[in-house]
Amino acid sequence: MEIYVALKIIWAVLLGVLLTGLAVMVGMDMGVGTLLRFVGKNDAERRTALNIIGPHWDGNQVWFILGGGAIFAAFPTLYATSFSVFYVVMILLLFSMIMRPVAFEYRSKVDTKTWRGTWDWAFLISGAVPMIVYGAAFGNVLEGVGFHYGWTGQYYQDESFLSYLLNPFAVMCGVMSLSLSIYQGGTFLMLRGVEPIYSRARLFATCGGLLAAVIFAVGGLWVSHLNGYVFTGAVNPGMEATPLGGPAVAVQAGAWLNNYHSYPILWLAPVLGFVGMLVGTLALRLHLKVLAWWLGAVAWAGTISTVGIAMFPFLMPSSTNPSQSLTVWNSTGSAYNLGWMLFFAVVFVPVILSYTSWAFYVMRGKVKTETVVNDPHSY
Amino acid sequence: MPLIDPTIVDLSRLQFALTALYHFIFVPLTLGMTILLAAMETTYVITGKQVYKDMTQFWGKLFGINFAIGVATGLTMEFEFGTNWSMFSHFVGDVFGTPLAIEGLMAFFMESTFIGLMFFGWDRLSRPAHLAVTYLVALASNLSALWILIANGFMQDPEGASFNPDTMRMQFNSFVQLVFSPDAQAKFVHTSIAGFVAGAMFIMGISAYYLLTNRHKEFAARSIRMAAVFGLISTLAVVTLGDALGRLDDLLQPTKIAAIEGLWHTTTSPSAPWLVAALPNDKTQSNSLEIGIPYVLTPLITHTFDKPIPGLIDLESAAGPHILNGIKAINALQQYGTTHDAASLATFQQYENDMGYGFLAQQNAPNQDLNAITPAEMPTVVQQTEQETIPNVFVTFWAFRIMMFLGFYFIGLFAFVAFFSLKNQLESHKFLLRLCVYSIPGPILASEFGWITAEAGRQPWSVYGWLPTFQAASSHNVGYMVFSLIGFALLYSLFIAAELYLMFKFARLGPQSHDHAAPVAGTGASPMFAKPGFAAKSWE
Ligand code: HDD
Ligand code: HEM
Ligand code: HEM
Repeated sequence: MEIYVALKIIWAVLLGVLLTGLAVMVGMDMGVGTLLRFVGKNDAERRTALNIIGPHWDGNQVWFILGGGAIFAAFPTLYATSFSVFYVVMILLLFSMIMRPVAFEYRSKVDTKTWRGTWDWAFLISGAVPMIVYGAAFGNVLEGVGFHYGWTGQYYQDESFLSYLLNPFAVMCGVMSLSLSIYQGGTFLMLRGVEPIYSRARLFATCGGLLAAVIFAVGGLWVSHLNGYVFTGAVNPGMEATPLGGPAVAVQAGAWLNNYHSYPILWLAPVLGFVGMLVGTLALRLHLKVLAWWLGAVAWAGTISTVGIAMFPFLMPSSTNPSQSLTVWNSTGSAYNLGWMLFFAVVFVPVILSYTSWAFYVMRGKVKTETVVNDPHSY
Repeated sequence: MPLIDPTIVDLSRLQFALTALYHFIFVPLTLGMTILLAAMETTYVITGKQVYKDMTQFWGKLFGINFAIGVATGLTMEFEFGTNWSMFSHFVGDVFGTPLAIEGLMAFFMESTFIGLMFFGWDRLSRPAHLAVTYLVALASNLSALWILIANGFMQDPEGASFNPDTMRMQFNSFVQLVFSPDAQAKFVHTSIAGFVAGAMFIMGISAYYLLTNRHKEFAARSIRMAAVFGLISTLAVVTLGDALGRLDDLLQPTKIAAIEGLWHTTTSPSAPWLVAALPNDKTQSNSLEIGIPYVLTPLITHTFDKPIPGLIDLESAAGPHILNGIKAINALQQYGTTHDAASLATFQQYENDMGYGFLAQQNAPNQDLNAITPAEMPTVVQQTEQETIPNVFVTFWAFRIMMFLGFYFIGLFAFVAFFSLKNQLESHKFLLRLCVYSIPGPILASEFGWITAEAGRQPWSVYGWLPTFQAASSHNVGYMVFSLIGFALLYSLFIAAELYLMFKFARLGPQSHDHAAPVAGTGASPMFAKPGFAAKSWE
């Protein structure tokens, strides 16, 4: 296989890994943020919940930043197009995202009810909105997005933001992503929290896991009737990366299941998703917290690879000009760039994973309310 | 291909400028404070004196208040290239995205993971391990500056990539050239060290406030001395390195250096004055009220005594041939895009290096179509485009001067404070102490004006010589932009209000010793810090 093609495929897989890492780690924090007002009935309890992720939220958030940076470098045209096409939604995401760092650092620094209450709302918004947008983006992409390019590669938008925002399928995907994040956040609160946070978190996580499984099933049925995209012209995976003048693409109902029909082994991905959600929920009912947390990660991996496999090699199909759809073949960076990026990923990802694990190890153990309230360094 | 509505371009520029300038209110403090925190903690670990731990924790708390907004506003920056500069992202993403991604992998992960341990790990880590964590945070924040400035350096001086007509974008071809671009490296040292100046001034100012109000004296005296010495060295470095940056502009961006110096006409004699002040007028292309020092300009910029420095009016007319070639390049490129024939590719390659000027000419072509320019119209198009090849002189000239004057003022301030602090006479110089308090925002202002110099001086280019700013934006509608601008304005105003409130609150409150069990002041102190009068006092 041509090196360039191999690099493109590796980066498509890495994109999936990155989106999964983002969903698991940031999703966990977002889940805690969303649940904050509900697992903590008074200020001391809320502070306890916050300090459970306190030492880690910033490191976790870098998955999100790296997501942006890596897509920019490895899939420049995808970065350029998707963020602009979804402008209003992206800006809503940013508005809610940027409240979070400030909320963590500032909330407990002033001891009044209004101040803390306001930041608690900020946690709710900055937890729920990004997760909904995250899931909805997958939904929108599955449905196809309205855009086309001019001859220089300048993109033009063909649809209003309302069609992305108020779109039932996308909203459903958004709710699923929020449910999974509540599951993930809930299990982490169980891992490091004491009563009464523990039991409340367990209840929410159970609901999150089950709801996600239901939506995943409904979504699967929905997708089997959704319009998918297929190449009708000759495809050259080693092509120069440009969305201009690529092979013809047709729109067909149900085409997103083609890859599964061709390679039935791929059904493992959705199965993995269900296993993660259902066995995970069972595990947390049995108080197997660590297992439940990891099964949550499996659920995300299963879900994201289910979508990735369904669409492969499409990344963001254009509903208004299908032959300019963005695919793994036409929207990556150059071979030289992908090579360098791969080098940096191979060197730094293991380093990152090891110090992240170390940080979690150092901060291990239950977070107790008395310690939090008496510690001048806590949030 | 229609151009993007100029209102959208202006609103996108306004939004980018506001969000970037806002991000950079917090960045310098992060860069400088992390280094100073590492220095304080080192002293703590070596001497074992509680006061240094308190210093680290107290300044660390203020640092945390600043850091949170640095992170929040950085998030905006990371995504804004995609949301508002889609043509830019498509055009240079292959090179420009890479340092950004590496920044995430190499710097942000490290900074953000260890900062959690730095704040929360005091009781869980051994002293050396905690110190190592603090060092990693300092290292990481400066590494992040390195990579983002490599990215920015590429926009100022695109090295390490070439245009590929088959993908219609610049493609990465030399990692070494990208990373070791002289512009990027010079920017990195100048900007990072400017951050150290900001950190030093911040600590010096707040400590001066304690000395003035007679509180936390031992703590303040030690903090102020460390800060003044560190600040003096850093400012000297910033000024020297600033000179190196100016020298590079002379070589790489002649329009910027001419704008910085308010130079309309090419210098003909070595006696050309360096302008201390003037009122450049961009309409009449001349200065009024010039105050200058003769014989300084030429050696300052060129480091020779006789090399002429090109003036803006001459630079404009020198752009003429490039514009003509650029139009040919773009027309050939468009032809090649549809036909993929060898002839148009050859024509394109002949004029390739001027293609940016073709993009620049597009807004002056009839119907914004370069193909439609008749030979009779050509001179007008070229002449109009020539005028657009230079930046706004008034802004560039004054932004630079404000930064520079502030730089010299800082040298003086740090020098006096360091001097009196070492002589232990600071407390009798109330005026100086008050000046320290008021100067806290100084280095941040200087940095902001530095960025305005660098970015406004780069105009009309987004990627110097290749992609004009007005071609780089995303095609949105005004409603979208109004929505995002209002949102950012509101949120950012709330943030800064909260930040200032907390900063004042905690700075007024002052340090509190958490570990009352170990009052070890005075024991085993190094001679420099063990002044009588301080060591004996227990502190409030
Ligand atoms: C010279 C330094 C410098 C410059 C020019 C920029 N930044 Fe920055 N940035 C930093 C130096 C820095 C820092 C010192 O590392 C920060 C500042 C405050 C902080 O907490 O880290 C940071 C934070 C920060 C974060 C949050 C990181 C985290 O979670 O730890 C992001 C995503 C960005 N920045 C992205 C950007 C982008 C896309 C920029 C380009 C326009 C940019 N920054 C300009
Ligand atoms: C944080 C420090 C920075 C500040 C304060 C800053 C400031 C500015 C300002 C004032 C403008 C508007 C110029 C104009 O339109 O006249 C601008 C534009 C821009 N800057 Fe920066 N900048 C910073 C860092 C960067 C970095 C690091 C990059 C890239 C890595 C960058 C990329 C851009 C882009 C893409 C534009 C928009 C296009 C343009 O108007 O030229 N900036 N910036
Ligand atoms: C005599 C003193 C100084 C000189 C000669 C100087 C020179 C310069 C020059 C020529 C630029 C434009 C770089 C470009 O073309 O892109 C610049 C940018 C900048 N300056 Fe300065 N500077 C001085 C002092 C300072 C001080 C005191 C600070 C802050 C404490 C500062 C912070 C900055 C920053 C943040 C930038 C923008 C980033 C960059 O382009 O490096 N400078 N400086």
